[in-house]
Amino acid sequence: MVGIVSYGGYIPRYRLSRMTVVQNMAWYFPVIMAVAGGEKAVANWDEDAVSMAVAAAYDCMEGRDRKTLNGIYLASTTLPFADRLNAGIVAAALNVPENGATNADFSACMKSGTTASLAALDAVASGRVTSILVAAADQRRTKMATMLEMFYGDGAAALLFGNKDVIAEFKGSYSVNCDFVDHYRGSGKDFDYSWEERWTRDLGYGKIIPEAIAGFLKKTGMKIEDFSKVIYPCYFGGTHKDIGKKIGVDGAKLQNNLHNNCGDTGAAHPLVMMAAALEDAKPGDKILLASFGQGCDVLAFEVTDKIKNLKPRKGVKGSLAHRAEFNNYQKFSKFRDLIKADLGIRGEASSNTSLTVLWRKRKFILGLVGGKCTKCGTPQIPVLPVCVNPKCHSVKTFEDYEFADKEAKVLMFTSDLLSASVDPPAVYGMVAFDGGGRTLLDFTDCEASGVKVGMKVKMSFRKRYTDGTRGFTGYFWKAVPQMEGGAA
Amino acid sequence: MATGIKDKVAILGMGCSKFGERWDAGPDDLMVEAFEECLTDAGIERNQIQAAWMASCFDEVNVGKSALPASMALRLPNCAVTRVENFCASGTEAFRGAVYAVAAGACDIALAIGVEKLKDIGYGGLPEFGSAMGPLNMLWMANMTAPGGFAMLATGYAAKYGLDINEVKRAMAHISVKSHANGALNPKAHLRKPVTEEQVLNAPQIAYPLGLFDCCGVSDGSACAIVTTPEIAKSLGKKDLVSVKALQLSLSNGEEFAYDWDGAHFITTTKASTAAYKEAGIKNPREEISMMEVHDCFSITELVTMEDLHISERGKAPRDIMDGFYDKTGKVPCQIDGGLKCFGHPIGASGLRMIYEMYLQFHGRAGDRQLKDPKFGLTHNLGGFPIMNVCSIGIVGKYAGK
Repeated sequence: MVGIVSYGGYIPRYRLSRMTVVQNMAWYFPVIMAVAGGEKAVANWDEDAVSMAVAAAYDCMEGRDRKTLNGIYLASTTLPFADRLNAGIVAAALNVPENGATNADFSACMKSGTTASLAALDAVASGRVTSILVAAADQRRTKMATMLEMFYGDGAAALLFGNKDVIAEFKGSYSVNCDFVDHYRGSGKDFDYSWEERWTRDLGYGKIIPEAIAGFLKKTGMKIEDFSKVIYPCYFGGTHKDIGKKIGVDGAKLQNNLHNNCGDTGAAHPLVMMAAALEDAKPGDKILLASFGQGCDVLAFEVTDKIKNLKPRKGVKGSLAHRAEFNNYQKFSKFRDLIKADLGIRGEASSNTSLTVLWRKRKFILGLVGGKCTKCGTPQIPVLPVCVNPKCHSVKTFEDYEFADKEAKVLMFTSDLLSASVDPPAVYGMVAFDGGGRTLLDFTDCEASGVKVGMKVKMSFRKRYTDGTRGFTGYFWKAVPQMEGGAA
Repeated sequence: MATGIKDKVAILGMGCSKFGERWDAGPDDLMVEAFEECLTDAGIERNQIQAAWMASCFDEVNVGKSALPASMALRLPNCAVTRVENFCASGTEAFRGAVYAVAAGACDIALAIGVEKLKDIGYGGLPEFGSAMGPLNMLWMANMTAPGGFAMLATGYAAKYGLDINEVKRAMAHISVKSHANGALNPKAHLRKPVTEEQVLNAPQIAYPLGLFDCCGVSDGSACAIVTTPEIAKSLGKKDLVSVKALQLSLSNGEEFAYDWDGAHFITTTKASTAAYKEAGIKNPREEISMMEVHDCFSITELVTMEDLHISERGKAPRDIMDGFYDKTGKVPCQIDGGLKCFGHPIGASGLRMIYEMYLQFHGRAGDRQLKDPKFGLTHNLGGFPIMNVCSIGIVGKYAGK
C-alpha cells in the first residue's frame, strides 16, 4: 500500500486582521474593503519558505526516525536560492543522512506542492524508495493596498509518503496542464502581476478545477459522492462554493479554504488544506485533493485505520490556535521590506558568509547538532574538540546529539534596544536544555515583556541574516518562549 | 616555585589624558597627552624606555594593527613595543607585560600605555561586534551588545536569590549614584554631574533591566605607566614608592556557556581575586582592601563583582551597597575616581586609568577625592560577556621593602 504516512502543518503565529489593512490602506484602494473579513497569517521577519517548511517537516516527523527518509521534496515559489538546493537546507535542518537521499525543489507554480506529492508517490510506488517527505511553503510579498495583499497568507505543510503504516492510501490521480496565466512573477521581480479577477474566477478556478476533477472521475470510474471531503484552493469565496456546485459536492463536504484564518498560502495551500482535513479524518473517509496553477492536479486518498495510531501533533489546527494579533500595519510593511526604516550604522556590519566554515559546521548551524561525550555523557553545543565537563576533558570523544527537538528553559535573558534588529528589542538569552547542554540563543515569536527566567522554550529554525549585497540568506536556530497569546 | 610579583616592581610615573568625547583628538594625541604627564612624573627621558606594551581593543576602528601607532606617536627609541588585546582587560595586560619584563630582569624601565578612540565610528555605544567576531560566530551567535550581554546577568542574579528585579535595580541605581557623586569631583572624568536615584530608575531602558544610567559612558582616552625596579626607582630619587602587589588574570574556558553556571556570578573574578589576595598576602580582603576601581561597565557588573571579590557575601551585595559600604565614606570606597560610569570606557586605557587613580591616592594627589591612608588598592577588569569573559585583577600598595 502506498500513500500518506504522516502529516504536519505550520502557520506562523502572527495574524494580521484584514480590517487593519483596510484601515491603513483603503484610502488608496477602497476595493479592498470588499474582502475585509477574517485575518491572514503573517510570517515573522525571520521566517521564509525554507524556515516554515522546516517547521512543518518537524511537525510531520515528530516521534519518527528521520534517518530513514529517502528524500525531501520542497515545493515553493518563494525559495531564497535560485541556485543552491533549497530542499538541501531543509534536509540539513532535519539532520537527515546526506548519502543515499534524493532531494529536490519543485517550484514556479501554485500546484508544485501536489506535483511534488505525485513525484513522491511515483517514487514510492516504483519500489525504489520507501519514504519521501514533501514539504510545501510560501511567503509571498505583495504590494500595499492590493487584493493580493488581502488574499495571500504565509504557511507550510508537510506530507510523508511511504509504503508502511499508511494513514491515507493513494487511490489515483489525474492532471491537467495548460498555460493559463492568471498571475505571474517574472524572474527577478519582487511581486506578482495579476490579470482581471473575473477572468481568473470564471475561466481559471471555475473552469479548470471542475474539468480536472471530471477528468479524474472519468479516468478512475470513481464517483464524486464517494468522497467525504473535497479539497481545492480558491481564495474567491463565491467561486469556491460555485465550484462545489458545479462538481456536485455540497458545502459541508468542501474543505474550508482558510481564507478567514490564514489566507491563501500559495504553493503550500493544497497541502495545508489536506493536513487540516487529515486532522479531522476518520478511517474509511475518501479525500479528493486538487490544486490550481497552470492546470490542476487531482489526487484521491482513502483514510485507513492507521490514522488512529498517529500521535497528536500541532498541525494546522494547533498552529492556527497558537496566534498573536499583529495590529501594526507599519511593522508588517517593514517586515516585508515595503518601507524603508533606518537600522542605523550599527546595522551595516558586513555579513559575508564563509562557505568553508558553513560546510565544516553545517550540522551545528543548520541542524543544531551538538555532541554527547561518549566518556562522561555530557551533551554540549557548540562542540569544541575538548569535552566541556571539567571532570572529563576527553578529546574528540563525541557522538552527534540533536538539540533541535529538545525543550529548554530560560536561564537568563535580556531585551536589547541597542542591538540592530528588524524587530527591536532584540530578545536573547541563555537556555538550558532538558537532558543537559546549554547555550546562548536569539529568542523569537515572543513579546519581551512576557519572557521570564525558567520559562520553557522550544527550538525553531529561522533566518538569522540576509546578506542583501550577495543575496545570501543565513539560517540558525532560535528559542521560542512558550507563552500564550501576545500581540505585536 | 613561583614567588609572585609582590613588591618586585615599582611604578615610576603615571599619566592619564582627559577622558571624554574628544572630537579634538586622535589616538596619537590622546597617547601623547597621557605619556607627557607620565614622563614628567617619572622624571626620565623617553630614550630610557627599553620596552613598551600598548593596549587597544577595537583596532579596526581605532589605531589599526600592530604596536607601531604607539612607537610612532611617542617617538620611542626603536625599542621593543608590543600591542596587546584581551577585551576590557587590555590595559591591565599592557601593564602586566611591562611589570613582568622588569621583574624578569629583561629590562630596567618599561612602559605600558593603553588607548582607545571610540568616538570615530559615527554611532553611540561600542563598535558593533558583528564584523569582529569571526566567520563562525557570525553564523549563529546572537547579536549581543555589551549592555545586553551584561543585562542578562541581572535576570540571572534576581532568579538565583529570589529577588524582585526592582530590588536589584534599586541597588544598581545606588551604584550609579555613588559613582556619579565621585566622578563629579574628578577633573579628568567625562561625566561630572551628580545624579539621583530617581533619575537613574526613571531613565530610558537600554537592555532590560538596564537603563541608561546603568551603563557606563563611551569615551576616548589614554592612560600609561612607567615601571621599574624599586632599587632603580630609589636611585632616581623616588620616595614613598607605590609597588605592584599582585597581577592575576582568569579566562572562561566555556563552562559558563556550555556546561554549568548559575548566571549570577563570575567564575573568573572569583578565581582571579583569590589568587591575587594570595599573591599580595591579603588574608581578609573586606578588612584589608582600602579602595577599589572595579569594572563597572554596567551597574550590575559592579554589584555582582562585590561578591566575586569576596568582599560582600554571596547574595548580600545589594545590602552592602544600600548600606553605603562602597560609598566614598564607606568602609571600602569603590570607584573613587568615578569609575567607568563617569570616565567612560576607552577599552585599552581603562585598566591603566584605574591604576592611575590608585597611584594618585597613595601619593596623596587625589584632590577632593583623597582617602585617608590607603593600604591596598585593587583594580579589576572584566572583558567580554558574563557568559564568557576575561578577568584581570591588580593590587597595588605602598612599597613594603626598605
